[in-house]
Amino acid sequence: MPGEATSTDPALQFYEETLIRRIRDGEHDLFYELVRPYEGRVYSAALSILRNEHDAEDVSQEAVLKAFKHLRQFRAESRFSTWLIQITVNEARMRIRKQHAHMTEPITDHEDEEGNYMPRDFADWREIPSETLERKEVRQLLTEALASLGEKYREVFVLRDMEHLSIEETAQTLGITTASVKTRLLRARLMLRDLLAPGLGGNWSSRLSFEKGTKPW
Amino acid sequence: MVVTCEDVWREISNYLEGDVEPSLRLALEEHVRGCTRCAAVLDGTRNVIQLYGDERMLEVPLGFSRRLQDRLEENMPRSRRRFLGWIVATAAASLVAGVIEVARASIPSRPELRSELAQPGNGVPLDMQVVVSKDGKTFHRSGCPFIHDKAHVETMTAREAIHEGYAPCVRCMKQYLSNG
Repeated sequence: MPGEATSTDPALQFYEETLIRRIRDGEHDLFYELVRPYEGRVYSAALSILRNEHDAEDVSQEAVLKAFKHLRQFRAESRFSTWLIQITVNEARMRIRKQHAHMTEPITDHEDEEGNYMPRDFADWREIPSETLERKEVRQLLTEALASLGEKYREVFVLRDMEHLSIEETAQTLGITTASVKTRLLRARLMLRDLLAPGLGGNWSSRLSFEKGTKPW
Repeated sequence: MVVTCEDVWREISNYLEGDVEPSLRLALEEHVRGCTRCAAVLDGTRNVIQLYGDERMLEVPLGFSRRLQDRLEENMPRSRRRFLGWIVATAAASLVAGVIEVARASIPSRPELRSELAQPGNGVPLDMQVVVSKDGKTFHRSGCPFIHDKAHVETMTAREAIHEGYAPCVRCMKQYLSNG
């Protein structure tokens, strides 16, 4: 579905452009109306990078404030939501860099993205258990599985598959090539399937932790 | 064209993005039909995308919105048109409420969605031919890789699908969704 993620509902676009114009003209109270539909996306983007709820909320607020302060720089050729997510990702990455600046271990990702990823588990997972998302423990489980991935895979997966940015927008946000986005996306999806298929496809029932190298169920 | 399991695993992501050549697409589908391991990997990968792509994965902590609004209020200059805006907003809200009441009396209610958190198909062209599976909750374009239970699908117009409570697929109908 190339290209679809960049298309925009014209009515929504018109509504947002009108709001932005009024905010720029001084009606600052309207700004929350503009960001309200995307606050879940902002928080999820921050959480996926920071893996800490307190930091994620703080960075979300910082990102929204930054968007407000720089609203005049927003160009209507991109979607407001994409611009807001890009600011959030930058803020979260800056926070990570700051947190790790005084540590002796550099934050490098040693996972090899060269070569093909081989699925390790072939458990059948035909039916999608979407109703299981009603359960908080399942959402928590998915969050933990995602948190167990390396940063570069997590970022790409969240932007493309949770925030629904296009491949091109994801590449632009992260400052990498579209080929890298595709490679990392493939590995992220397959790794998550390996982690989740035996449980969600089988018969797990309790909350489980993801220990390195062990199956969570 | 003959493809191996390794080919399938390498292309599975592109396949689900709809980003493979037609000849490769057919070859991949042919392989998956006869390979239980690759079928399991394909189904599982598709489920991963669908589960994580669900709006319910984007929930915020309790009180998040209030705290965000408070932080904004603390840090932004007062609206120049705050009072005027309040009057206009109040008048507009009253007008909208009145219009909604009138509309409620004359418009039949929207069918209950099969998936309570899905977005209704407001922007979808009503005469578009779409595909639904009998026990599914969403309607799709023909050929969308996110159709479940392809053995029991039915073709109908988007109007009929919406009337029956189906919601648009967030992938293949993305361009018509309000948060697209």
